[in-house]
Amino acid sequence: MLTDTRSEDTTERPPTRPVRRLTHPDRAARGRGGQRFVLVGLILASAYSLFPVYWLIVAATKDRTGLYQTSGLWFSGMHLWDNLHQLFTYNDGIFLRWTANSFLYAGVGSLGGTLIALATGYGLARFEFPGRGVVFACVVGSFLIPIALLTLPLYLLFSEIGLVDTPWAMLIPCLINPFSVYLAKVYTESSIPFELLEAARLDGAGELRIFFSIVLRMMTTGGATVFLLAFVQTWNAFFLPLTVLRGEENWTLNIGLYNWTGKRLESGVDLTSLVLTGALLSIVPLAVMMTALRRYWRTGVTLGALK
Amino acid sequence: MIRSQRWKGAAFTVPFQLGFVFLYLIPIGYAVYQSLFLEQQSGLGLGGATEKFVGLDNYQHGLTDSAFLNSVLRVVLFACVQIPVMLAVSLVLALCLDALTSRAAGRFRILLLIPYMIPGVVAAIVWINLYSPDVGPLTPIGDLFGFSWNFFAPSMVWPSIGNLLTWHGIGYNMVIIYAALQGVPRELFEAARLDGASELRVALSIKIPHVRGALVLTGMLSVIQMLQIFNEPALFRNVTPQTVDDSFTPIMIIYNQAFNAGNYHYAAALSVLLALILGIASFLFYRLTSKEAD
Repeated sequence: MLTDTRSEDTTERPPTRPVRRLTHPDRAARGRGGQRFVLVGLILASAYSLFPVYWLIVAATKDRTGLYQTSGLWFSGMHLWDNLHQLFTYNDGIFLRWTANSFLYAGVGSLGGTLIALATGYGLARFEFPGRGVVFACVVGSFLIPIALLTLPLYLLFSEIGLVDTPWAMLIPCLINPFSVYLAKVYTESSIPFELLEAARLDGAGELRIFFSIVLRMMTTGGATVFLLAFVQTWNAFFLPLTVLRGEENWTLNIGLYNWTGKRLESGVDLTSLVLTGALLSIVPLAVMMTALRRYWRTGVTLGALK
Repeated sequence: MIRSQRWKGAAFTVPFQLGFVFLYLIPIGYAVYQSLFLEQQSGLGLGGATEKFVGLDNYQHGLTDSAFLNSVLRVVLFACVQIPVMLAVSLVLALCLDALTSRAAGRFRILLLIPYMIPGVVAAIVWINLYSPDVGPLTPIGDLFGFSWNFFAPSMVWPSIGNLLTWHGIGYNMVIIYAALQGVPRELFEAARLDGASELRVALSIKIPHVRGALVLTGMLSVIQMLQIFNEPALFRNVTPQTVDDSFTPIMIIYNQAFNAGNYHYAAALSVLLALILGIASFLFYRLTSKEAD
């Protein structure tokens, strides 16, 4: 499953991740009946997990009559291309605009946020300085701050300086991500040895040079994980874009789809078919990224929980 | 460490510190400041609005506002049901995975994690349509077995949202609990079995106590999320505004006060209150769950 065997993989894996793999199953698995029970349970759970996704795929291939009149459990006619065409042309192709916005906010915002987080995590993990404890306390403490408490005043501040309804209102908040900083600190602790920094200093390398040409290079796995999780978080964001973006040309996919689901009650326009096709499409980038970078995000998710 | 190096180290954290001040500390301070004022129309509203310092009046109002208190109570009660159910299912699944070979476990783990890869808004859209009497398959399936389900009825809305949240959260929680389970020394299980303990006994007395830390953690994260629930009810409101009113959850009230009622001052006070409730709830949860161990 984990096919990547680059050497940095072993050095960068954080210590909290369980490294020991079972070569043989636990004893519970050896009893036939127990094993069968376990398998049936897992298969049922997997069916529960997958059923909505299966239904969504089926629904996205149907035209409106098919959607309302045929059973949701099986295909009826192949209208996926018509649906996609409709989706991309509805309202002058606003859906494409939203997709591009989502990529912009999640991509650029997370990239900037990751760089800042790596520098901060490195600073916190490998230097002693007055106030270090305070900075780390801010990082951990901010996990408990409700989104509303930050977003509402941020909206007011942004509207004072004219940033509301511009891409900056989404991009700037992405730059500061305490959870990314926390992850970056943990990764630094496990992958950047003090001795290496000392050696580089003895060779006369400046601190900036050490960071950019040694630390960042050794942190590619950690950095990728931090980026991936930040990307997913921004892609999934809802409250912030709903609050700071007013005009539909700056919306994200989530806000666009949310708005479309409300159209039916608001103005009687039924966009269910478009919403479902759009929903399916908006999963694709995440699914592709997460599958390609599976090993990164699993360690990230696990690490996040062990904080 | 040499003095100059200390400052260079501190310099690496400067961009974050500046950003934190601008995006966290100033907004929180601003919210607290705003919460102490009230907008007042002077005269007949002709002179425009003036801000008046009212001290803690907004907080007093919030603590006696039945809509706000009800929304907190609603969310807390719901959390008391949904979170234990979700964690119990995740725990059982993690124990099941633990009984398989690592290869088979890996395959099931991916399948069970698929819902977690789906954005929360999309997950809500999918389930709302599954529940929908027009396009969803659940209503005809219910009819087949003689139930006439209405997933959007007042008594069904929380179970409907609960199922959605459980579906979305099982994989994530299972992965964390499974990781903790894998960290337990195998020798412990073998020793217990040699002493004649049944598999159930091993799970109950050894495995589960060893993953308590992970359970406390996932529980706490879920409580924090639940008190701030917004996306799901907001989307349900789009299809069934009679059942899910605009004061269904605390964040919905705050959003409405700020953007529909235009009462930022009161909204700011409510968000400070919510932060305090969140802090207290996490503290209590932590204390209660870690006391059991002593």
